[in-house]
Amino acid sequence: MINESAVFWSRVLTEVTLSFHIIYATIGVGIPLIIMICQWVGIKNNDEHYILLARRITRGFVITVAVGVVTGTAIGLQLSLLWPNFMQLAGQVIALPLFMETFAFFFEAIFLGIYLYTWDRFDNQKKHMLLLIPVAIGASMSAVFITIVNAFMNAPQGFEIVNGELVNIQPLIAMFNPAMPTKVAHVLASAYMTSALVLASIAAYRLLKGSNHTYYKKSLFLMMKLGFIFSVATAVIGDFSGKYLAEYQPEKLAAAEWHFETEEGASLILLGFIDGEENIKYDIRIPYALSILAFGNPKAEVIGLNEFPEDEIPPLYIHYLFNIMVFIGMFMTLISLLYIAGVWRGWAFIKQQWFRWLSVFGGPLSIIAIEAGWWLAEVGRQPWILRGIMRTEQGATTSDHVDTMLILFCILYLILGIGSAVVLSRMYRANPIEREIADRLADMEGDVR
Amino acid sequence: MNLEVLGILVLWIFLFGYVIVASIDFGAGFFNAYSLLTGKAHILSDIIQRYLSPVWEVTNVFLVFFFVGIVGFFPQSAFYYGTILLVPVSIALILLAIRGSYYAFESYGSRGHKGYAFAYGISGLLIPASLSIVFTISEGGFVEIINGQPVLDYWKLFISPLTWSIVLLSIAAVLYISAVFLTWYAWKARDLQAFELMRKYALFWAPPLIFLALFIIIQMEHHNLDRFNNMVAIWPMFGISGILFLLTVWLISKKRSLGLSVGLLILQFLFAFFAYGISHYPYLLYPYLTIHEGFTNQEMAIALVIAFILGLCLLIPSLYLLLRLFLFDKQYVTGNQKDYHA
Repeated sequence: MINESAVFWSRVLTEVTLSFHIIYATIGVGIPLIIMICQWVGIKNNDEHYILLARRITRGFVITVAVGVVTGTAIGLQLSLLWPNFMQLAGQVIALPLFMETFAFFFEAIFLGIYLYTWDRFDNQKKHMLLLIPVAIGASMSAVFITIVNAFMNAPQGFEIVNGELVNIQPLIAMFNPAMPTKVAHVLASAYMTSALVLASIAAYRLLKGSNHTYYKKSLFLMMKLGFIFSVATAVIGDFSGKYLAEYQPEKLAAAEWHFETEEGASLILLGFIDGEENIKYDIRIPYALSILAFGNPKAEVIGLNEFPEDEIPPLYIHYLFNIMVFIGMFMTLISLLYIAGVWRGWAFIKQQWFRWLSVFGGPLSIIAIEAGWWLAEVGRQPWILRGIMRTEQGATTSDHVDTMLILFCILYLILGIGSAVVLSRMYRANPIEREIADRLADMEGDVR
Repeated sequence: MNLEVLGILVLWIFLFGYVIVASIDFGAGFFNAYSLLTGKAHILSDIIQRYLSPVWEVTNVFLVFFFVGIVGFFPQSAFYYGTILLVPVSIALILLAIRGSYYAFESYGSRGHKGYAFAYGISGLLIPASLSIVFTISEGGFVEIINGQPVLDYWKLFISPLTWSIVLLSIAAVLYISAVFLTWYAWKARDLQAFELMRKYALFWAPPLIFLALFIIIQMEHHNLDRFNNMVAIWPMFGISGILFLLTVWLISKKRSLGLSVGLLILQFLFAFFAYGISHYPYLLYPYLTIHEGFTNQEMAIALVIAFILGLCLLIPSLYLLLRLFLFDKQYVTGNQKDYHA
């Protein structure tokens, strides 16, 4: 029995929850590593500015973690509430990484609590920084385990189906599925990239708004460097993801690239619009590029969408999502490269208003790229919830009232989104960096006396 | 021991852990809000803040652990409970989300915001109320299987006196556990005013707690005779729990051995919680789902148990460090320390 409206509303509610959660989750995964790098640079160069940077980021991080934790709890339970049939089936094979994720999260939570409340409690800054290592590991491992579950939905393995029953289950084989390496790496690298660029965007904004403090210049330069490194990594891994898709989920790649006919030496379509009849307008074609993306060989044969039954291909609008993700990624790589080269070469334009504004937009743009990437990943798997095994509508709940719950959760996310933004901006406004540095200097002088 | 019994035992222990730490947390939030209302904020706020601050996130993990674990060990529970609990658990989730994030907003963003504190205090009572409904539903009688799908009868649940008794019990238990713990914590912190006030609250909530617990057992006879007989069969455990309860109340009223009274309190709930759990065996959802039918495959079960043991090796030392630095650190508890918050 399938409850059509429950299926629809379950999809909407899951999409809303994930879209909201992923903003805080991405920041939650990336920021601990960045705080660690800041504190490390501060200790190594004996530069108080970087240590203060680490400390100030930590304060804001607590707010985003809180929202990330509660929305993570929500999606964790919604998996069972909205997709009970899916969880009943998949739980038998892929429960292990879900379970391990709670441990990673537990580990992170404990050490974050300790780290947060022990600033200056140790005489040696290094000891305090050590407490951050479990936080960063825990945060990244949470992402690894959860992404493994998502990878399993794309490339399920580690079991056999005999007469409708799952047999011969191998939890580790299920975890190390073919989608896992590229997906996990892409999620981690893009989380580090986005976190660095969001912080760069804040520093650029402060510089634009009149502050000329070295603190922000150091922050902007460091974040741009990190942003560049991780955006290059994200792009390289993205290329590997293309090769994974070509081999294991060709319909997803073909739909994302509007590639209809199987052919050798396939060209890559960028931008463009499509009507209902496979007519593509205003596009840019790069000869052989799709074959290179798919197999690293310009002559390789790429399977087209027409090879698949009509009811087993994902919606074609994922091409737009793919474009948004890729173009923002390339744009941010360029911006961060220009900035770094500009600082080294002493180019003047990187200090001009327009370039600062580009850096400011980099933060929100990166978050849009993350959203587009996840929509691409999820919509691109349709019509399956477990590719080749269970269709999305078979996994959904049959319960009524999903629509009402959607309204309640939308209100919740609105409250949390506005609340966290207000609290964060108030927090930093009440204690600007100039004042904090002055306070600390006064404190230190007090110690001497 | 069967793997399924081991699995449910581990989960039950974690759920018990959640009941205790979350009760302390929820009750503290309520007392904090109540003290703002009655103008006694200066007495309590400090002590409650100091306890809650470093541990709030850890509390939530116990709950996450329980529900991820139960779906892992008993995937069929995702089907049954997932389908019928959409509304009550969604409501609990929304309350948990508001409470957790607004706690962070209040304590790291704008301290002393009254609106946040009230929202925080009230939601602390509504969350156990909404979560306790799961226990009521598990007793059977509220779920029917229609076309192979479980369907919850909301109206029957709403008018059942059992539902409301369990809701009230959960609230009374939250306030009692929290008050006893904070009595001890205030005493350790050498905060006499807070100590006297919390002690008063602890003694106030003791009679309703035990009255409601007995009332629920009596009602079970009419609600589900099978389950009632199982509960009666295990009466010595409930009896020990009752004796521990009396000892705790006696110690607190005499202001003696407060550390011990917290220990007895935990034991009291441990006995009651496990007596209830054992009497519930083998049902996860009466009468449709037992731990034997709903159990996952052997391979997954073994993998989960190994992951659990490895996880504990990581967690127990970390938890110990957390407790040593904050809960058991004299300097920290008495507030004689500089503020080391980031």
